[in-house]
Amino acid sequence: MGLVSRGAAAAGVGAASAVVRPGPPHAVPHPIPTPPPEGAALGSSRVPGMVLKAFFPTCCASADSGLLVGRWVPEQSSAVVLAVVHFPFIPLQVKELLAQVHQAGRVGLAVLGTWCHRRQEAEESLGHFLEGLGTIFSHEPWLQLCREQGSKLWSCKATRRQVPPCPGAPYEDQVMLVFYDQRKVLLSQLHPPAALPDCLAGDAAPSAGGLAAVFDTVARSEALFRSDRFDDGPVRLSHWQSDGVEASILAELAKRASGPVCVLLACLLSLVSAASACRLFKLWPLSFVWSKLSVCEQLRHRLEQLTLVFSTQKAENPTQLMRKANVLVSVLLDVALGLALLSWLRGKDRIGPLAEALVPVADHVAEELQHLLQWLMGAPAGLKMNRALDQVLGRFFLYHLHLWISYIHLMSPFIERILWHVGLSACLGLTVALSILSDIIALLTFHIYCFYVYGARLYCLKICGLSSLWRLFRGKKWNVLRQRVDSCSYDLDQLFIGTLLFTILVFLLPTTALYYLVFTLLRLLVVAVQGLMHLLVDLINSLPLYSLGLRLCRPYRLAAGVKFRVLEHEAGRPLRLLMQINPLPYGRVVHTYRLPSCGCHPTHPWGSLCRKLFFGELIYPWRQRGDKQA
Amino acid sequence: MEDERSFSDICGGRLALQRRYYSPSCREFCLSCPRLSLRSLTAVTCTVWLAAYGLFTLCENSMILSAAIFITLLGLLGYLHFVKIDQETLLIIDSLGIQMTSSYASGKESTTFIEMGKVKDVVINEAIYMKVIYYLCILLKDPMEPHGISQVVPVFQSAKPRLDCLIEVYRSCQEILAHQKATSASP
Repeated sequence: MGLVSRGAAAAGVGAASAVVRPGPPHAVPHPIPTPPPEGAALGSSRVPGMVLKAFFPTCCASADSGLLVGRWVPEQSSAVVLAVVHFPFIPLQVKELLAQVHQAGRVGLAVLGTWCHRRQEAEESLGHFLEGLGTIFSHEPWLQLCREQGSKLWSCKATRRQVPPCPGAPYEDQVMLVFYDQRKVLLSQLHPPAALPDCLAGDAAPSAGGLAAVFDTVARSEALFRSDRFDDGPVRLSHWQSDGVEASILAELAKRASGPVCVLLACLLSLVSAASACRLFKLWPLSFVWSKLSVCEQLRHRLEQLTLVFSTQKAENPTQLMRKANVLVSVLLDVALGLALLSWLRGKDRIGPLAEALVPVADHVAEELQHLLQWLMGAPAGLKMNRALDQVLGRFFLYHLHLWISYIHLMSPFIERILWHVGLSACLGLTVALSILSDIIALLTFHIYCFYVYGARLYCLKICGLSSLWRLFRGKKWNVLRQRVDSCSYDLDQLFIGTLLFTILVFLLPTTALYYLVFTLLRLLVVAVQGLMHLLVDLINSLPLYSLGLRLCRPYRLAAGVKFRVLEHEAGRPLRLLMQINPLPYGRVVHTYRLPSCGCHPTHPWGSLCRKLFFGELIYPWRQRGDKQA
Repeated sequence: MEDERSFSDICGGRLALQRRYYSPSCREFCLSCPRLSLRSLTAVTCTVWLAAYGLFTLCENSMILSAAIFITLLGLLGYLHFVKIDQETLLIIDSLGIQMTSSYASGKESTTFIEMGKVKDVVINEAIYMKVIYYLCILLKDPMEPHGISQVVPVFQSAKPRLDCLIEVYRSCQEILAHQKATSASP
């Protein structure tokens, strides 16, 4: 574009506006005194003596000369340049564009100064012309950036026309240039998000602390970046999209398709949830069974998540959008892993041998338990047990075991069919398959659970009896009304019988304690195996895979902060810095974007667990869903 | 303006402090830690491999030898990438903030930037750990309490220079902070 002086004729333009073309000063016709824009009022309240920071987009560093458009933040004495307006332009149209952006994004933009990119030698006239523009767009302070063609050295000047508020302050400020990548700053999201209240009316939003203001300004001025240089708009701008607005066909298609797809899936999901909330399932035996099975818990959780993802409401803020994306990716991965498992199972036709191996395994476990009980009925580990009690307990458990084995043998013809259907459920997701596996283990080891409960109850009863008789031994008793131990005078016969019972219980304690110990250990083993599976399910449920992928591939999207690099510097020239985005570390990504899981964790602290084990109270290793809210 | 001086750290190792004065409002201090010494690397590798060879003669399983080589390689890579810090830099820019960068031996850089609005002061603290050591730290303002301190951020944690080096850095930082306070205090 030639900067040689053109004719002064404002051809075909009304008297109220003057087309500003570059040229020698005398060619500018009738500079119209315009009322100062809102920017001037903001600019008057700034901190004197502070270095003025000019945030300049790297994409505009090679742009032609023109006007600088952006936002002035007086509290930090920083000017955020968003775009360069090129000649020729009509001042009124520039102001209209700024007003439009102000309405769209509620950010107060103004013309901050001039930008001069000298391509040839001796263009002093341009310099004077640019200074003259300061009278049309008055802004305090008026920034003047200048650059030689192909050189890395810039010169910056910030001048004030008003009388400085305190005497002795200079008319010119020191300027520091900070370059930033506009595209990355626009697309990135600061963590923690600067909590900006939505301003109700009026001018620019209350500025966030420090550098968050820069991010906020760029994000709100999206309306400014919508036109590129191929548009025939009234004002020609240079910004990051001026070479062509970024768009992707796939993204557009996905956006169009997502509407009807979401509606369809939302209807389906609401049908499913209505069916599951049907009154039939609330009847007592069924509701009890449903609440104990972890598959139902997992399915319910997945249903909730899918309802959230496919709801027709748009996400209100970036956090919700990330959550939706994370849930979708997690569900897709789950289904993919489940299908992989299914194909592996079907591939070599493993279901048949698996089903055939299951019954002998259950038999083997039952046999081992029988051996264990025989061992306990003898002299286990050299301990001498009370023969009679030993035989009673041993025979009782043996009979229970015998019933269990008969039950398993009754079920054996149906096992293969059941396993086939269970394998089919893996296409709902690996988590569902793991939950079913955990439930099957629970069902197959139900007898161990029963033994544990019997042993625990017996032991608990014994301990209660022992503690109350011990109090009697010492002449005290438990006051239920006052919930404390009080002294009490017993009769002689009460004392006699009490002491007798106490002795009996003490001598029977080792036998009961041993049975209790053995079955508790077995139960804890089973709980540990189930817990491991639940841990894996939880991991798949709650890991934010989309956020992790984003952090890996597009690290600037998740920003923990910024970092600066000092560029080539020469004495006498303004300081130049490059501002880059400091991405969030992986640990914090997981911590911030974790999905809420079912909450089926072992929740007891170790101390209370040991106490419960000692006193024989029953342990419920994970909270049921009903307790979670309590 | 750039100059370099050598100091020593609290364990007696040699450190090199490079100071760059870009402008009256921007200064950078770069501390280079002693490099990974060949002697310690050889010692560790020999120990691990001798132990593996000893196990091999006991078990006659050649997997142990391959495992030892694998472990040594992974351990060295992990050490260079996550543990060994080559250089620590402090960049202080008036009215923007203070930036601390640690560069690891594998080239990885980890940066923290603290905005000037949050910085209360830069001080040298004393700590007693078998002997008295000094460390430079940045005090951050508490948004609730105007005179309180919300956090203490230590600087040069792996280089651990001695007091003479710290005093140089402290003086320069205080010059810039004094200017910053003067401009922010005036109405």
